[in-house]
Amino acid sequence: MKQENRIGYIMEKFPDAQRENLIPILQEIQEKEGYLSRQTVADIGRYLNLPASKIYGVATFYNQFRFKPVGKYHIQVCRGTACHVKGSAAVLNTLQQELKIQPGQTTRDGLFSLEVLACIGACGLAPVIAVNGEFYAGVQTGQVRKILKEYRNQEK
Amino acid sequence: MISIEIDGREVKAEPGETILTALNREGVHVPTLCHMEGLLPSGACRICSVEVEGQDSLTPSCSYPVQDGMKIQTNSPKAVKARKTIIELLLANHPNDCLYCVRNGNCQLQDLAELYGIRERRYLAEPCKHKMDVSSPSIIRDQDKCILCGKCVRICEEIMGVSAIDFVKRGSQSVIAPAFEEGMNVSGCINCGQCVLACPTGALREKSHLKEVMDALQDPQRFVVVQHAPAISVTLAEEFGVKPGKDVEGAMISALRRLGFDRVFDTAFSADLTIIEEATELVQRIKQNERLPLLTSCSPGWIKFVEQTYPDFTQNLSTCKSPQQMLGAVLKHYYTQKEDIDINNVYSVAIMPCTAKKYEAQRPELSSHGIADVDAVLTTRELARLIRMYGIQFEGLPAGQPNIPFGRRSSAGKMFAVTGGVMEAALRTAHQMITGENSPEPEFKQVRGLKGIREAHIEIDGMTLGIAVANGIQNAQILLDQIRKGRDDLHFIEVMTCPGGCIAGGGQPFDTQPQNIHARLQALYDIDRRETVRTSHENKAVQQLYDEFLQQPLSKKSHELLHTTYSKRNVLL
Amino acid sequence: MVQNATIDREMLLNRLDAAWINRKQIQDDAKQQAHINKLRRNITEQPVFYVGAGTCGLSAGADKTIKALRNYIHEQNINADVVEVGCIGLCSDEPLLEVQMPGRSRVMYRKVTADVVPQIAEDVLNEKIPIEHVLGQHRNDALQSYEVIPFIEEHPFFKQQTRWVLRNCGLIDPGSIEEYLADNGYHGLAKALHTMTPAEVCTAVEESGIRGRGGGGFPTGKKWRFALKADSDRKYMICNADEGDPGAFMDRAIIEGDPHRVLEGLIIAAYAIGASKGYIYIRAEYPLAIERLNKAIEQAKSYSILGENILDSGFDFDVIIKKGAGAFVCGEETALIHSIEGKRGMPRPRPPFPAVNGLFGKPTIINNVETLANIGSIIVNGNDWFASLGTDGSKGTKVFALSGKIERTGLVEVAMGLPIRDIVFDIGGGVADNKTFKAVQIGGPSGGCIPEQHLDIIIDYESLKSVGAMMGSGGMVIMDENTCMVDLAKFFMDFIQRESCGKCIPCREGTRQMLNTIELLTHGRKSESKNDALERFKSVMYLPRLAEVIQDTSLCGLGQSAPNPVMSTLNWFRQEYEEHIYERKCRAGVCAELLTYYIDTNKCTGCMLCARRCPTDAIVGEKKSPHYIINDKCIGCGTCVDVCRFDAVDVN
Repeated sequence: MKQENRIGYIMEKFPDAQRENLIPILQEIQEKEGYLSRQTVADIGRYLNLPASKIYGVATFYNQFRFKPVGKYHIQVCRGTACHVKGSAAVLNTLQQELKIQPGQTTRDGLFSLEVLACIGACGLAPVIAVNGEFYAGVQTGQVRKILKEYRNQEK
Repeated sequence: MISIEIDGREVKAEPGETILTALNREGVHVPTLCHMEGLLPSGACRICSVEVEGQDSLTPSCSYPVQDGMKIQTNSPKAVKARKTIIELLLANHPNDCLYCVRNGNCQLQDLAELYGIRERRYLAEPCKHKMDVSSPSIIRDQDKCILCGKCVRICEEIMGVSAIDFVKRGSQSVIAPAFEEGMNVSGCINCGQCVLACPTGALREKSHLKEVMDALQDPQRFVVVQHAPAISVTLAEEFGVKPGKDVEGAMISALRRLGFDRVFDTAFSADLTIIEEATELVQRIKQNERLPLLTSCSPGWIKFVEQTYPDFTQNLSTCKSPQQMLGAVLKHYYTQKEDIDINNVYSVAIMPCTAKKYEAQRPELSSHGIADVDAVLTTRELARLIRMYGIQFEGLPAGQPNIPFGRRSSAGKMFAVTGGVMEAALRTAHQMITGENSPEPEFKQVRGLKGIREAHIEIDGMTLGIAVANGIQNAQILLDQIRKGRDDLHFIEVMTCPGGCIAGGGQPFDTQPQNIHARLQALYDIDRRETVRTSHENKAVQQLYDEFLQQPLSKKSHELLHTTYSKRNVLL
Repeated sequence: MVQNATIDREMLLNRLDAAWINRKQIQDDAKQQAHINKLRRNITEQPVFYVGAGTCGLSAGADKTIKALRNYIHEQNINADVVEVGCIGLCSDEPLLEVQMPGRSRVMYRKVTADVVPQIAEDVLNEKIPIEHVLGQHRNDALQSYEVIPFIEEHPFFKQQTRWVLRNCGLIDPGSIEEYLADNGYHGLAKALHTMTPAEVCTAVEESGIRGRGGGGFPTGKKWRFALKADSDRKYMICNADEGDPGAFMDRAIIEGDPHRVLEGLIIAAYAIGASKGYIYIRAEYPLAIERLNKAIEQAKSYSILGENILDSGFDFDVIIKKGAGAFVCGEETALIHSIEGKRGMPRPRPPFPAVNGLFGKPTIINNVETLANIGSIIVNGNDWFASLGTDGSKGTKVFALSGKIERTGLVEVAMGLPIRDIVFDIGGGVADNKTFKAVQIGGPSGGCIPEQHLDIIIDYESLKSVGAMMGSGGMVIMDENTCMVDLAKFFMDFIQRESCGKCIPCREGTRQMLNTIELLTHGRKSESKNDALERFKSVMYLPRLAEVIQDTSLCGLGQSAPNPVMSTLNWFRQEYEEHIYERKCRAGVCAELLTYYIDTNKCTGCMLCARRCPTDAIVGEKKSPHYIINDKCIGCGTCVDVCRFDAVDVN
């Protein structure tokens, strides 16, 4: 009963779901809940009649899925070729130093999380970062602190 | 038929078959690491690559079909260089601890390294480090030694239908693990150990009880008793280089004595006991119209599987403990009294073809009066190691005799080692129970063989008994699903976790090929044919046990020691 | 509006019918002609503002530009339309704004950020031309052009382009099927459905000579024929929009700018092979493209161009969008199929090929976005038309994504056979900031670098291979003197070993070892001990051998091409490698551990900022006196250079 409540919206959107719906379902859950919890993985497993190990195996294969909540401000750094050539490694480095976290982690105060993207596809404007989906084009290391400060100030 | 050329030799080949099949038939050996007979090729290891004329790159022989006129070179410089490099790459990401490894001398990677003469560590990236998973009572997972061939994942999914483990992450980060990289103990793993059998390296191995057993053997205070499962005597010889299918019961008993065991008993004895109890339970359930079909409960992997995946069937499981546990129980609570031995000094060891038996031995539901029925379980492989370590020359050992009373068995009990054997033993005794006399034809051919599911409707004295034998847990799932959907013609189902039964169990020698399994199966049928006592109820020791102690099947005493119940189990499936 | 839409629908579908069922020259009556002209925007009643609002435009601030524009129009009470179009390709000049005054030609303005919107809008509405923002005007005989404004096609960025696939991108409203139809869109589909058998479509595509634009370059028509011949109750047609190459964004831009073109190609392909169900596998990182596709599918359904009994031909076809979850390897066909099936995207051995045994075990064809975007025109204009452009083995055009250290970044479409030099120096305007050209990387992680001496090589599948690069999907990243080729190789190896699926040993373990070898080259002396230098030499020696085995034995294309970035840089820039190995020097100043930082005592004021910021406490010095960097402690991160306000930190 409880399980149906937790993933009720999934069962509604994907009636008679099959294995081929697994990835869309996981995407839907992550969009709604921010990450994939153990409980939802187990629930989905029961719904799709799939062992949890298979779901976890699929979810860890793709870059998109997370198993921990993200920060309030989710920072994505593009590491495509064009961005790399234009210095995205340094941008990432500065972000790591400033936030004291590695990609895939969230700051202790839950404010920022960092993610590396293979390529956003805005190569003409490299290097690019995105904060909660808002793009910053042509970012240089110096700007990073400024951008972070903006968001920190919003919290005060 | 088409014709192809292998290393300059023209041979015939079947259209559609893979290069590897053709090579094997022609006696040309190409190494493989991920290939599994009977399953679709995975193409992961690439070590079977050969050079095909006209193709730029190398061709994986395991997956590529033969074509008319194809010219194959299995050992061209290019192919050999590639194989060598692949082995070097694997070794570069592998701990350098062969001397300390359980698979030392019995490892496919080590063999290949030796075969291709790898003499230096050419590639220098640090090997990936992982935590060892020792959480399971049966299986140790040492990811550092994993070469990601994927055989364990495929066995677990495609053969067993369990899927406790899968590939996790990607690229050089890849590992094989249960969901959320948790320990195997909280996963859906049923401890069957088929993955251990499939593993080419030391990444998966049984949790060894050797040290505990050796300590007990060294302790003069301890009264160390051993029981050996029916499947051991027809496989142990393979560990000593004898060709498969030889029964070495006598030599094995002598070896066990020389190792220092105080008593050598036969699990087939308690298999006979199980048959009496289980057949009685079946007849009772049919008469009283209780939960049917009755499901056998000898196979501990199967029990765990029902508890976690088909909890609605736990009441269908026979309440009989497995023969291993029954023998342990009567040993500790009957034999000790009879022989006036302090129960606290008794150390009960079981030699099993199975890793799940290690898990079974430590289940609280399967102890009696708070005392474990069985203290340690050794696999066939561990026993062979112990025999070698103690310097016992196995070949030429005189035939030893088992101890009385629990060394006495019928050939029906011995048949527990093979799929369909429990059913056959049960049918022989059920016939006697219902009609009062033995079946004129003791062999029930309908339940023999290696087919996935074998069903029969047997008439005994006007009563139709619907029976089924599930060879391997995946086939059992098919039956249970049918029953869930309303099928109701079955009264009794035998399930063995491992396809083939205990003769192909996860504790058996590493090189268990289909032809080995066939030979072991034949050896058991031969024993049965030769024997005079072919039904469990005619086992004199069992009769004596009832007379002296248990009184009758399903008595209060037998409920106390020989029966248990199961319930739903929560795991991170 | 609603009524208009119905009229449009009837009229547009009737034109399709007239052309391809009745096989008549389209004879538009006056009313119809007026409608069409309106949809083609040959006639406009009020000023129209077009804003390039692709993902790249939006990252450059187009959303803010649109907002500012709408505000302005609203405040000034002006009657004008604002249309969001896709990307015309000139990313470096974004945000791009085009203005079309009634009766006059469309004029394109560059770098129209929100702050300059009011001024520009005011100027153009008052028929003043903000000359510093002007890029050019579109040629349109139906409209009056401006005398002082050059034509777009004369702009160096556009001059050498042949825009077939991109013809509508940035010009039409991607959210309007009517505009696509008015431009004779879906006429290829109508022609195929009503006048050709599936086999004839396969033949036409085969004879056009078009080859897969996604990487391998397999002849498209040949592939289709395999699937057409395969006997099955069900077949699938998949559009691969999982543009995983870092540095490529052609597919995104095509879908964002002209989604119906892709859809048309997909439906024709489905008809040609007999597929009843299709998938578009697209990266989840492309939300806008997904949105545009969803809308396009809806519209196509409402025009019965998709669904059951398409255009009354009896042919049924449905499309489902599957969002990729982020895995480069899913560009590989069997991995993509596994991903759609809900599994780990791990490739499987071929044969059997997907055309025979693919999605759910059924015959399946997978084509790339750009390939499909070509199909409609091939069917309408004929295979000869297509084959007339290009080289012997490579026909038609190819879209490239120009990025990196180049003056004009963006999306360009050129005829096959154009020298790369023309793309880099004429279209792209050469290297930015007066730096020296070093190399152009083509084909992403599977491709290679082309050095200066081979720039005259032409765009052609085979010729690119001859210099160790490949067509790939069309990413073209330009490097200048400040790019370290060893670092670039490291970047690609790092990418590949992370993106390798991990299934086959040579790719999984081999790329890890290759990365390690390259990393050793970029490690400084201070992090070395004992035999490290010797080992470094040794592993470099083994590099070619390892690369060869990875190429020869890997399971899929990703692995087989994995060593390319290293081998091609090693081939053309050996000198740079040797400097790293023997002299421990990085001439581009990129490999941090090989750099020595020192403080110019004349410039240092002793503000202590660098010392405080240094992550390893490698900078010492008293307040107000010059500081000093302890080389053994320095990790070469460059933070001190970034923070110094007096330009006192120098790098050697």
